[in-house]
Amino acid sequence: MTQRKLGRGVAVVGAGMSKFGAFPGQAKRDLFVEAFQEMRASVDRGLDPRDIEALYIGNYSSDLFENQGHTAPIMADWVGLAPRPATRIEDACASSGVALRQGMLAVASGAYDMVLVGGIEKMTDLPTERVTDTLATAGDVTYEIPAGFTFPGFYAALATAYMDRYGATPETFMHVGIKNHDNGALNDKAQFGARITDIMDSKRARAIQKGYPVPEWEDEWEFLHDDRANPVIAWPMRLFDCSPISDGAAALLLVREDLAPSFSDAPLYVLGSGQASDVALHDRADLTSLRAARLAAQQAYDMASVTASDIQVAEVHDCFTIAEIIATEDLGFFPIGEGWRAAEEGRSARTGPQPINTSGGLKSKGHPVGASGSGQVVEIWKQLRDQAGERQVPGATLGLTHNVGGTGQTCVVHIFERR
Amino acid sequence: MAEKAFTGTSFYQFLEENKLMGSRCQSCEALHVPPRAICPACYGEGMEWVEMSGEGTLLAFTTVHIAPTAMIEAGYGRKNPYCAGIVQLTEGPAISAQILGVDAARPQEIEIGMPLRVTFVQRGEGEQARTYLAFER
Repeated sequence: MTQRKLGRGVAVVGAGMSKFGAFPGQAKRDLFVEAFQEMRASVDRGLDPRDIEALYIGNYSSDLFENQGHTAPIMADWVGLAPRPATRIEDACASSGVALRQGMLAVASGAYDMVLVGGIEKMTDLPTERVTDTLATAGDVTYEIPAGFTFPGFYAALATAYMDRYGATPETFMHVGIKNHDNGALNDKAQFGARITDIMDSKRARAIQKGYPVPEWEDEWEFLHDDRANPVIAWPMRLFDCSPISDGAAALLLVREDLAPSFSDAPLYVLGSGQASDVALHDRADLTSLRAARLAAQQAYDMASVTASDIQVAEVHDCFTIAEIIATEDLGFFPIGEGWRAAEEGRSARTGPQPINTSGGLKSKGHPVGASGSGQVVEIWKQLRDQAGERQVPGATLGLTHNVGGTGQTCVVHIFERR
Repeated sequence: MAEKAFTGTSFYQFLEENKLMGSRCQSCEALHVPPRAICPACYGEGMEWVEMSGEGTLLAFTTVHIAPTAMIEAGYGRKNPYCAGIVQLTEGPAISAQILGVDAARPQEIEIGMPLRVTFVQRGEGEQARTYLAFER
């Protein structure tokens, strides 16, 4: 593959997000306003919003979640940016990772010097069954969904293929959930913001308060094996293997590289970017890896002239726990077939040799699908600027985001550097 | 056989006749199930219909407890989970299908690699009634 470089460099000089969670009654635009305000406040040397020339907004399905199409100009309007061009990008759960790439390409092309990239999703207005149906539209509704596949079901199928091939067990996946909840407990933007042991405590407290029998779990493993506390959603994926249904928004400010120092004391330079698509799950030669992720990663590494071992902190798309294990292999952090052992051995822990999902990941931070990709960048922004507080990876200057759409029919990878 | 367009509509019409059909590229012989009009292997556009034997093996599966609306309407759900899987046909291509004849409440006993045979299931009522692809042990 030819090594590709951008026509001109691009940097992130501002990043912000709303809290992720379930916010009944709160409108999507209000969440985007919240993200925009935090982004604006993060621009070290100040931002005059009038300088923003265009918007690229990731949004999966406001159409089905909220009966609202044509989302991008509405977002532009409510942050005061009409009449600038505003474009919605839809690539399922990779929508705002791809929006970032489109915004980056627009700046690199010379068309704009400053663009706003955003992500937004409001999922909690629908009952769970309708959310399940809506998410399923990211699969192939002609050939995959009639088989009975749901989104947890697709990833569960990858999990059975992975277990069969490499020897992982359902317990392997629980390690990922426990880790990401541990990380999310240190993130005030996270939907859960609680360790699994904290969740057990609150369930016990609620039982006492309501006069119900108090569950007796020896430890988090017993809790995670309890079919009532942690029901099977699509075997082997249980509730605590699945990211939650979430509302949230994120916003990023991109400028052409040479302008970055006039906005930011510590800009993040976009060192690498890659994106690929793939066929339906059943048409793939390998059901234990995502080809689109491997290709996107290779493009990004080549553009950045770095390798996996150079990456100090990564946010990967853990929509389901199996997805994180596969991601850590596809990105080259661990050898193919070894990701599950690495997870069990704590090698992807925040304090381990290859920290993965220090934000809590989609599992704990939340997964408002269209906002998730840009939300990942907010964590890398904080980590590389030494602003991640208790969850800071010391001295990190090179970070990566990996954002997957659907079953891996889209994947987009970005690499960022603070110089 | 009357030449039908190589589309999803035709694929489902064949399922109504209890036939699992694919398309074969006349240029490079690549077999496509579901059928395709354009061959992604050689970009050939000459296709012919081929009926599959219906024999295959299980590549990957799940048992679904939180079901989509269409499967809830078919009687499935938390108390009556079902199995969905990816089946590799003897002829080579693989396809998604519901898997019958296995105990979805005991997923540990469902084995990847087990042989399966095609079957056809009806779901939906009245105008919505349709034949879907399934496999069974």
